[in-house]
Amino acid sequence: MLHFIQTLISGLSLGSIYALIALGYTMVYGIAKMLNFAHGDVIMIGAYAGIVTVMSLGLPPVIAIILSIVICALLGMLIEFLAYKPLRSAPSLSVLITAIGVSYFLQNIALLIFGSQQRAYPTMADFPTYNIGGIQIDGITILTLAVTAVIMIALTLFINKTKLGKAMRAVSEDKAAASLMGISVNRTITMTFAIGSALAAFASIFYGMTYVYIKPTTGAMPGIKAFTAAVFGGIGSIPGAMLGGILLGLIEQFSKTYISTLWADAIVFGVLVVVLVVKPTGLLGKQMSEKV
Amino acid sequence: MAERSKLVEVTRKAYLPERDADKSPVLETVNLGITFGGLKAVDDFNVTIGRTEIAGLIGPNGAGKTTIFNLLTKVYQPTHGTILLEGKDIHGLSTAQINHAGIARTFQNIRLFQNLTVEENITVAMEPRIKYNMFSGIFRLPSYWKGEKIAHERAMELLSIFHMEDFASAKAGSLPYGAQRRLEILRALATNPCLLLLDEPAAGMNPSETAELMENIRSIRDTFQIAVLLIEHDMNLVMNICEGIVVLNFGRVIAKGSPDDIQNNPEVIEAYLGKKKEA
Repeated sequence: MLHFIQTLISGLSLGSIYALIALGYTMVYGIAKMLNFAHGDVIMIGAYAGIVTVMSLGLPPVIAIILSIVICALLGMLIEFLAYKPLRSAPSLSVLITAIGVSYFLQNIALLIFGSQQRAYPTMADFPTYNIGGIQIDGITILTLAVTAVIMIALTLFINKTKLGKAMRAVSEDKAAASLMGISVNRTITMTFAIGSALAAFASIFYGMTYVYIKPTTGAMPGIKAFTAAVFGGIGSIPGAMLGGILLGLIEQFSKTYISTLWADAIVFGVLVVVLVVKPTGLLGKQMSEKV
Repeated sequence: MAERSKLVEVTRKAYLPERDADKSPVLETVNLGITFGGLKAVDDFNVTIGRTEIAGLIGPNGAGKTTIFNLLTKVYQPTHGTILLEGKDIHGLSTAQINHAGIARTFQNIRLFQNLTVEENITVAMEPRIKYNMFSGIFRLPSYWKGEKIAHERAMELLSIFHMEDFASAKAGSLPYGAQRRLEILRALATNPCLLLLDEPAAGMNPSETAELMENIRSIRDTFQIAVLLIEHDMNLVMNICEGIVVLNFGRVIAKGSPDDIQNNPEVIEAYLGKKKEA
């Protein structure tokens, strides 16, 4: 039983990180109708930003956290402006290839600057390990769960209640009608990239603190897992990304504990295949009817 | 009647900015045209619309009526010609900027934001003009509540025009067809236009609904003191409410004038019914 609860908690923690990243994929897909495969690498850049501020510049962790968020948000906007905006009316395949290109570009930039050696992420603070009735819970795990919960509530309120959130939903439904109602589509897309990338920065902080070692390809695996989570939950759906991320984390962690560490990834992707066969739009995805 | 006069009063105070009352036309197009490949979809389109005029744009199917709406709103870039809105050239403005400058439109096939509520459809169109930043939106600062309150009040005021307040929190996609058409007009009005473009507002409506719509269009013009340009196939509606009519055929203006002029114009009759066989 203890074993079960322990796995549940670490699964939720891993799932929260996936969910944060998946939100970036799903928001960008919902609004710009494109898959931003460079999103995983934004996490890697965010992690290096943390390493540089604390290790090289010797600044306090709070500054590192703020800087990671700002750098990731700006990077997201820059990628959108330089790589995707010129392709707004291009075929989706061109955009997809460009996204993969941006991904490799970021990895190689990091390789050039930081080298292929893995670097340790700074311990932002000393977290105690709690022991509740024999269950070991890491302070980082609690922090990850708490902050992710707060972010998700804030994001839901933001999307549903604010004017930019409403504009984002309007643009995701009908770009042309939105711009005819005076909504700036470009500005809305830019803000979406900024928000998605800021969420990736949070993911980078939790990922760094939990898994410690960072290398230029660090973003790739969590990126692809989070993309899977977004598809799993129904790409384009924000609650879907949250649910998909957390379920994926749980499935992965339970497979590792009860089945096999080696098979965990195969099981994760296997479940995705099954879900897509049974419900092609994902768990919470809506049936999209293309207008002719 | 009492209800309407109240609406006018509140609206004037809280919503309508003073427009300059000079006599310059609200819209003027000079030799406006667009070419797709070798096809001249619209050619030498010259029209002037007065500040509070209800004007009609009619013509057989494929004459280029919706294309003109798309040119006026920069969905298409004109290949030649000039568009003057309130005397200012709107060349180089984006679609969203044109809307800010004062042109709002509805669509032939309804394009509401189906998954937003009725109220949200209206407030989303209003909100590029309501100021509060993202920070105060997330943290619910007073400026957010103030902005949201103004938006909510204005939305309910607009909905009251068509007596739709009770549907405010329903999904727009769940409304019956006629109500969706009316909501589209309200959404366009929410952007505070000086020129409202209506693309077949009576399409799919029965005669009594159409009669009501006619009244509504008139009262909207009177309340908001705006110009209306409408595309419509229902000749009864066009002849009844339009003060000026432009007839388009194969992308060219074939007649302009009052409803009476148009009804008796031989070229118009020919365009619609074909040439009479000469005996």
